[in-house]
Amino acid sequence: MRDVVITGVGLVSSAGEGLEAHLTALAGGSPNTDAASFEPFPVHPAVTLEWDRQIPKKSDQRQMEPWQKLGCYAAGLALDAAGAKEDADLKGRMQLIVSAGGGERDYAVDGQILTGLRKADNPGVFLNERLMGDLRPTLFLAQLSNLLAGNISIVHGVTGASRTFMGEESSGIDAIRIARERIASGQDDIFLVGGSYNAERPDVLLIYEMGGFLWKKPYTSVWERPAEGGGMILGSGGCFLVLESREHAAARGAKPLAAIAGVASDRSRRQPGSVEGALHGLSRQLGGKPDVVLSGATGIKGITDEERAALKDIAPGAAIHATGDLVGHTMEAQAPIGVALAAGLIAGGGLSEALVTSIGHWRGEGAIRLTKA
Amino acid sequence: MALRDKQGRPLVAVTGMGVVTSLGQGKDDTWAALTAGRSGIHRIERFPTEGLRTTIAGTIDSVDVEPFCAPMLSERLAMLAAEEAVGQSGLAPSGFPGALFIAVPPVEMEWPQREALAEASGQGDEVTYKDLLKAAATGRFKPWHDLFIFGTVADRVADRFGTRGSPISLSTACSSGATAIQLGVEAIRRGETDAALCIGTDGSVNPESLIRFSLLSALSTQNENPEAASKPFSKNRDGFVMGEGGAALVLENAESAKARGAKILGYVLGCGEKGDGFHRTRSSPNGMPAITAIRQALEDAGVSPEDIDYINAHGTSTPENDKMEAMSCTAVFGERMANLPISSNKSMIGHTLTAAGAVEAVMSLMTIGTGRIAPTINYQVPDPAIPLDVVPNVARDASVNYVLSNSFGFGGQNTCLVFGAEPKGA
Repeated sequence: MRDVVITGVGLVSSAGEGLEAHLTALAGGSPNTDAASFEPFPVHPAVTLEWDRQIPKKSDQRQMEPWQKLGCYAAGLALDAAGAKEDADLKGRMQLIVSAGGGERDYAVDGQILTGLRKADNPGVFLNERLMGDLRPTLFLAQLSNLLAGNISIVHGVTGASRTFMGEESSGIDAIRIARERIASGQDDIFLVGGSYNAERPDVLLIYEMGGFLWKKPYTSVWERPAEGGGMILGSGGCFLVLESREHAAARGAKPLAAIAGVASDRSRRQPGSVEGALHGLSRQLGGKPDVVLSGATGIKGITDEERAALKDIAPGAAIHATGDLVGHTMEAQAPIGVALAAGLIAGGGLSEALVTSIGHWRGEGAIRLTKA
Repeated sequence: MALRDKQGRPLVAVTGMGVVTSLGQGKDDTWAALTAGRSGIHRIERFPTEGLRTTIAGTIDSVDVEPFCAPMLSERLAMLAAEEAVGQSGLAPSGFPGALFIAVPPVEMEWPQREALAEASGQGDEVTYKDLLKAAATGRFKPWHDLFIFGTVADRVADRFGTRGSPISLSTACSSGATAIQLGVEAIRRGETDAALCIGTDGSVNPESLIRFSLLSALSTQNENPEAASKPFSKNRDGFVMGEGGAALVLENAESAKARGAKILGYVLGCGEKGDGFHRTRSSPNGMPAITAIRQALEDAGVSPEDIDYINAHGTSTPENDKMEAMSCTAVFGERMANLPISSNKSMIGHTLTAAGAVEAVMSLMTIGTGRIAPTINYQVPDPAIPLDVVPNVARDASVNYVLSNSFGFGGQNTCLVFGAEPKGA
């Protein structure tokens, strides 16, 4: 089996743009939170980005909604960081795995239709007419899950082949898992892997509010939320990683930040204790002794406490950072962001091993072990 | 016979298949209808169609789910197909000894749910998302969180069949079903698992999804005679017809399949894929990505173009796809393409979108198993620009050992699979 290393990180979120900005924010400071726009739901809003820098064509920008733009932008940063941006041949054989949900809706149109439906003589016909008349044709392409990958292919020329994984937090872990396995087995040499999330949209808040998962008070650390009922604060951001075999990186003179020593994921039937047990199991699969943990903890009651308890056993003495306290909960992008930060910390020196966790808010448990490159 | 391929990887056998389409439940019913040249396309009765440009589809109306919505129907279709496939394989009906790879349509809350939330909010004037959020806070709609997140269909299928590990839900648009199979093949070849349950499912014919495709001018508007609307490769083709379906394949390491005495229905010999960065909905004018995907699939299978006996086309009936597919196949197969049978199941079941690659994989293997090629129906006006043997209108008997199945999708997705009765040189 071949070693798999990370040679590029592209990261944008409420904490800024680029790996350095995030490592600085991780070292201290308070998270960037917007409590007003979606009151009573705080969100961690993406910083303002100059889209032109990674998505040069306005025509491309117009075809995308924010979740795709965040992802496309982060993908461009990752390619830059890996020294791959200008290498058309390399990008032409670079494989792409994206973890994604779906895209934004036209909220004004939805509201108008819901208002009109109540008074409509024939609601079905009214719905047809309004959707036919009011939906922007290209909005569909901004909603389709696999079109983040499609846009990355178009904008950045990454055209080996793309696959899009769905399924909330698990998709982020599994995207990295499958990419790593394909590289380790020799099937492929180089991947761009990651995801993005736009939290600043009422339709996703709606889904998680229906389930009772959202934190509705001022920002508090994920670890402290369970005592007050628990809940997650969604965050906007995007993160892509360039993964390749050690040999491939060396051959093209790319400097690895860290190695991905293992990825483990599973689904437990959630009941009290199952998350704690699952984390112990994943940790046994991965082995090692982490110096630092990048936890994807959500702040949800029960599972957050169980993760904390498990980490005490799995990573005694390790510094524990919650990515949720830095960038919020970015759903499909949460695991890639944890890996990006872990790679940055290891590359910065002093640490030799990191553990990234991703306990889904509702299902799915995963962990990733990073070591010095 | 060696149970490894020429590259030393485990051979991947198919030991179970299941399918449900608008033509019937079960692969035998569907296959009988397909080879009889029967269409499953009909007028939509599920919702009012006044004001729509397209009023026909290959919906599956015989399956009831509650609440009626795309994720529930997609889940049910996946379950039906997987029950048939796992049943045929002879593996335990629960406690499946391997991983799940499932292509599911992207889901979101639908209009009946939005309306219920609006109603529950008590807002008598202009409704906004603020009102919906207020209703959501009551906790009365908790089950809809689970229903409308992306990982739920996979989770429920994994529960039902007891598959191992974290299930993969995926989308590569209209090639998703093929990608699910490809992921399973790769996992077996890498030795991570000896078995994989690979599923494609799509039950998403609802007003908004139909309108979205309609606004992209992707759908046929030839509503007068629903059964005749999907006419792949014909000169008067004018778009695809949406269809619903589910298909499942049990893939196994051939060695472990033989060891347990399973009947092998055929092999997935090769997979090929290539991205396209040309445009969001159109393919590169030179056809390079599709051509590369086909060549890669043949190479991966260890076969040459001359070995392929039949192509199960993507054949959507859109002006663009059929032209590009014909061009790409001709580039790979050369002059032989004039006589190499290529037919489109979509002429009868419509485009089952996320499920299509898996449905057509099952049909490709049925072709190998029965020695019969399903036709392309509605082929009355040949397109002189596409001089292919599309097996027009009537099924044909033929000895078929190797099949190429094409799947292409929005977002530059091109995935091709090669199936065989036996590996080459066996």
